[in-house]
Amino acid sequence: MTSETKTARGPAEFESAAASSPQTVAEFDEHKQSFGQKVQHTLHQTPSLVPLIVLLISVGVFGILLGSKFFSPFAMTLILQQVQIVGIVAAAQSIVILTAGIDLSVGAIMVLSSVVMGQFTFRYGLPVEVAVAAGLICGTICGYINGFLVAVVKLPPFIVTLGMWQIVLATNFLYSANETIRSQDISEQAPLLQFFGNKVEIGGAIFTYGVIFMVLLVLVLAYVLRQTAWGRHVYAIGDDPEAAQLSGVQVKKVQISVYMLSGLICAFAGWAMIGRIGSVSPTTGQLANIESITAVVIGGISLFGGRGSILGTLFGALIVGVFTLGLRLLGADAQWTYLLIGLLIIAAVAVDQWIRKVSV
Amino acid sequence: MEPVLQARNLVKRYGRVVAMDHADFELYPGEILAVIGDNGAGKSTLIKALSGAVQPDEGEIRLDGKTVHFSSPIDAREAGIETVYQTLAMSPALSITDNMFMGRELRKPGFRGKWLRQLDHKKMEEIARGKLNELGLLTIQNINQAVETLSGGQRQGVAVARAAAFGSKVVIMDEPTAALGVKESRRVLDLIKDVRARGLPIVLISHNMPHVFEVADRIHIHRLGRRACVIKPDDLSMSDAVAIMTGAMDPPEAKAA
Repeated sequence: MTSETKTARGPAEFESAAASSPQTVAEFDEHKQSFGQKVQHTLHQTPSLVPLIVLLISVGVFGILLGSKFFSPFAMTLILQQVQIVGIVAAAQSIVILTAGIDLSVGAIMVLSSVVMGQFTFRYGLPVEVAVAAGLICGTICGYINGFLVAVVKLPPFIVTLGMWQIVLATNFLYSANETIRSQDISEQAPLLQFFGNKVEIGGAIFTYGVIFMVLLVLVLAYVLRQTAWGRHVYAIGDDPEAAQLSGVQVKKVQISVYMLSGLICAFAGWAMIGRIGSVSPTTGQLANIESITAVVIGGISLFGGRGSILGTLFGALIVGVFTLGLRLLGADAQWTYLLIGLLIIAAVAVDQWIRKVSV
Repeated sequence: MEPVLQARNLVKRYGRVVAMDHADFELYPGEILAVIGDNGAGKSTLIKALSGAVQPDEGEIRLDGKTVHFSSPIDAREAGIETVYQTLAMSPALSITDNMFMGRELRKPGFRGKWLRQLDHKKMEEIARGKLNELGLLTIQNINQAVETLSGGQRQGVAVARAAAFGSKVVIMDEPTAALGVKESRRVLDLIKDVRARGLPIVLISHNMPHVFEVADRIHIHRLGRRACVIKPDDLSMSDAVAIMTGAMDPPEAKAA
């Protein structure tokens, strides 16, 4: 071999041309942005702004159209009461979707947990506190099964929870023998089951414990997702599970814990549902999974995981509530609500795609 | 001098395929050791064994003279071996700080950290900014910028800074310049030299011969699942190295310095 093929130790010659061009590869200067880019950037950092703006506008529009009929403390808090169950379930759905999963079994877990609470009290005569605890454990176990199948057996979340939805719902009907426990019996013998139906009245505004629980739950989850390592890991897994694994996140553990927490929150939703409707009925809450996904999507959380905030979910649920009540007060056909919600879902996903294309 | 990281007789089989066939490896303090080899020579298996991603069937790995067993990349990381993966292993939607501290977040002192598990965002940002500046890498305006808004070179820079910041013994870099343009590659190569200047030994895996010959102190040539030889870039030419890699030339005897 001749010395010609040997390279001097240093940059290769062809690089000298590159050296004369600007060397600002790794600088972070903010250059001027157009208005559209600024909006895009702001939304990228605060994704819950979109649903908040939509919520405020829709409240404003219905307020103008309906006046004090809509703009009263009573109507406003009625919306909260109507969305409380979906809101709680959507909070559970949010953390699952943030990991790029989905939980189709939320509604079924909610109903089964409420049935367990009711049947343990009335069929087995257990103390109501024990029955409630059993219901909460039941939800958590259902969540664990989901999490185990997703994280350890590596099955797609959609399939796992589609199956669990059917299994849990069938278990619910078989176990409860399709029996409803009547409201009077509950309030006489086990009022704790209706705990979340208790009310606080301030002026004309009525806050049920269920509403207060929903708001507190969302605030606590927002804190956990933003301020704790676990929360950051949830986002990292949704973003790129392999990268998260390599950077030292215990992906399986976090995934299982997410589905367990989702199950537990659904069980709380089941408890709150007893407070809302008074009775324990195995046939309610059939649409909770679709309604919760709707709230999450309108709330600006990406179905591809890793993006969005749980406050957005609360706003999403409230938007649905505002449209439902507002259109009903206007005397419109209920189908208009579904039509508008459908439009909102598609618009929300379009905005999500646009935000993703953000550049510096 | 005693090697920082040493492997003896590593064997790894996947079914009938022998990916590593009694492979040896040594990394000495303060050096850049390049690992080259043709596709399928088993160099990624070797690197994965050193970074904890693969568990060898036979052989032993010593770190600072002590035998170690890594059952996951987290183990290797805790022992002081940081790896910059070719895919970078970063979460695009999260910020630079979040990514640098992923899996080793700092909590606030006292009640808020212990009981509310609250993260110390401020301190982490401070450290992240310090580390990036230390490497003369970035004039950062917004350390909370999402990684996906950075260019390829900037991302690589953050990944290298993360490894250099937390690696106490060894930094392994897998194809750090493969996805970069000429200019960006130059920045990253300078960065690699900076990291060496700070005293950290580096294992560099690359297909880019000019880059390898420029920065490496020694070159480990891997062939057919084992080390063919170790050469010094001044002793042999690039085409000799490639010839040894492909088997066209016999490795120089007893040159494994």
